[in-house]
Amino acid sequence: MAFACAPVVAPFQADSVIGDNVVPALQRGPLLSIKSQKDFVSGVMFTVTGAAFAWNAATAYTVGSAGQMGPGYFPMVLGLVLVLLGGFIMFFSLVVETPDGGSIGEMAWRPLFCILGANVVFGVLLGGLPMFGLPSMGLIVAIYALCGLALLADPNRFTLRRWLVLASILASGSYLVFIKLLSLTMPVWPFFVNP
Amino acid sequence: MDLLANLATGFAVAGTPINLLYALIGCLLGTLIGVLPGIGPVATIAMLLPATYALPYATGPVSSLIMLAGIYYGAQYGGSTTAILVNLPGESSSVVTTLDGYQMARQGRAGPALAAAGLGSLFAGCVGTLLLAAFAAPLTELAFAFGPAEYCALMVVGLIGAVVLASGSLLKAIAMIILGLLLGLVGTDINSGMTRFTMEMPELADGIGFVALAMGVFGYGEIISNLAKSEVDREVFTAKVQGLMPTRADIQQMMPAVLRGTVLGSVLGVLPGGGAVLASFASYTLEKKIKLKAGEVPLGQGNIRGVAAPESANNAGAQTSFIPLLTLGIPPNAVMALMVGAMTIHNIQPGPQVMTVNPELFWGLIVSMWIGNLMLIVLNLPMIGVWIKLLTVPYHYLFPAIVLFCAIGVYTTNNATFDIWLVALFGLAGYVFTKLGCEPAPLLLGFILGPMLEEYLKRALKLARGDWSVFITRPLSAALLALGVILLLVVLLPAIKSKRKEAFVED
Repeated sequence: MAFACAPVVAPFQADSVIGDNVVPALQRGPLLSIKSQKDFVSGVMFTVTGAAFAWNAATAYTVGSAGQMGPGYFPMVLGLVLVLLGGFIMFFSLVVETPDGGSIGEMAWRPLFCILGANVVFGVLLGGLPMFGLPSMGLIVAIYALCGLALLADPNRFTLRRWLVLASILASGSYLVFIKLLSLTMPVWPFFVNP
Repeated sequence: MDLLANLATGFAVAGTPINLLYALIGCLLGTLIGVLPGIGPVATIAMLLPATYALPYATGPVSSLIMLAGIYYGAQYGGSTTAILVNLPGESSSVVTTLDGYQMARQGRAGPALAAAGLGSLFAGCVGTLLLAAFAAPLTELAFAFGPAEYCALMVVGLIGAVVLASGSLLKAIAMIILGLLLGLVGTDINSGMTRFTMEMPELADGIGFVALAMGVFGYGEIISNLAKSEVDREVFTAKVQGLMPTRADIQQMMPAVLRGTVLGSVLGVLPGGGAVLASFASYTLEKKIKLKAGEVPLGQGNIRGVAAPESANNAGAQTSFIPLLTLGIPPNAVMALMVGAMTIHNIQPGPQVMTVNPELFWGLIVSMWIGNLMLIVLNLPMIGVWIKLLTVPYHYLFPAIVLFCAIGVYTTNNATFDIWLVALFGLAGYVFTKLGCEPAPLLLGFILGPMLEEYLKRALKLARGDWSVFITRPLSAALLALGVILLLVVLLPAIKSKRKEAFVED
């Protein structure tokens, strides 16, 4: 997350004069600041999601009344409750002190992209993307790609040898278990091998 | 003797060689995944769920459910193994096991600690199964007296229970439930036939894939957060595991603890939202309060009671938490929510009618849970060496395999790549939830209950002509809602609030 514990509302940053004493701004700190980063972001997340659901439910579907609920009634109520809860969470994140500022900490971008990427690439290679005219490359190719990407999540440990060994073991194992033993139906070889 | 006759029906179903084999495979797989540090039972079950669909030679859905029960017990036992040997609890219910278990392992007594966990669990499992069998029938009768308003109230109490027991912020946990309920509504509305919130995607007409959601949020979410942690703080006690059997003094010490844990766990397990977590925490607290005998090490420094009691309570609670699921059809915790998902995939709607319509399935499942327990002892104690070996396999070899099995599993549930995109999306969501300190378990519970809650709410209010007071004028529903309010108030009391914080402090 890019933003640190930034003050949200800090109306008096300049030194102010109370009676004859000049109080330095630094000692007072901002009036309202994010006391828990985690809670603030969660609050935003809940509010936005709730609002989206409630808006969609109220506009696209019949809401009806409590006695005659339409498809929009329940989701709209839930969405509004979620907005309310998100608001509360945001409010408390600005008011209640948390020990370390409720810091979210570093995002593990690399593992995140590698693991989810490995998963997506696996899907693309296995099934192809008919929408973009991409043909299926089959299970075996997909497994090699998945292993490579997943191993790259930890770059210090990635070696070509490790990749090939692991992928070969998993590919042959999967072939035996899923295709031969459990006879699951999925494309095994690339499209040009068995069309 | 109805009970005996029913149990006999169960044994006839669960005792067939093929079902025994599936229970065994389930236990094996469950332990195999569950023993991996950082992967709890919910993640394990989510990952292995697809494996139970396409069983060859299966005798109907019973086999899949039996295998799933085996996976559950295997995963739980695997979690305790990791807690004792590596000091890494795979789930919240084995957090307390690390306290004394790891100390015992450091003193070279990992063997007795593991045996105490296993034997205590088995005893608790036996008691829990008997309770389940004894109380299921009368509770089912009660369930038939429930109208839609009562069901609504019951679900609300269940959801409140889940929130109260979640660690961390109460508000965030409630918000996660609501989010789950909303996600559960995606798909075709059964009353109007309209598709809701599908964003014009035909794949979403049947709703969000349950496997994709659970696997993404729990499985991938956990893998990514594990990878983000450094590997340094892991210390495995491999060389020192020898002499499995506890000494006579050990047994004398742990027997009363096992009994206490079992009683406490059985009672707490039935409570909505409770189940295993509350049971293990409460029983550890109880053991701490009991006076030490002469020459006994204090709890927290490797006392066998500190392992035996929470592990028994944990298992007894796990067993009795099936009672609300099987009799009322309402999952009390995330694991049970997964079981509901698995049942609905096999076209079984959990609830009071299962016992009358499908007694083989009902009693077969109950007995198979006991068999699963027994399997664990037979299987895991002798094989403990293998599991320890597995703990020494570096994580970076294991996780590509886990990712692969998840991807294949989620693909095969519908034979569609759409589920793979969905699992990636929920993996991202799961990681974000972890980073924001939003516990995902209530989300899963809400997701399962969403359509059910809407349906019952609709019916209740239709009968009452839109009058919301129906929930407080009907005595049973009023009592249930009062219980929910009390639960909430209790947690909000300052004294309990600080205690709750203490109990959920994570290492």
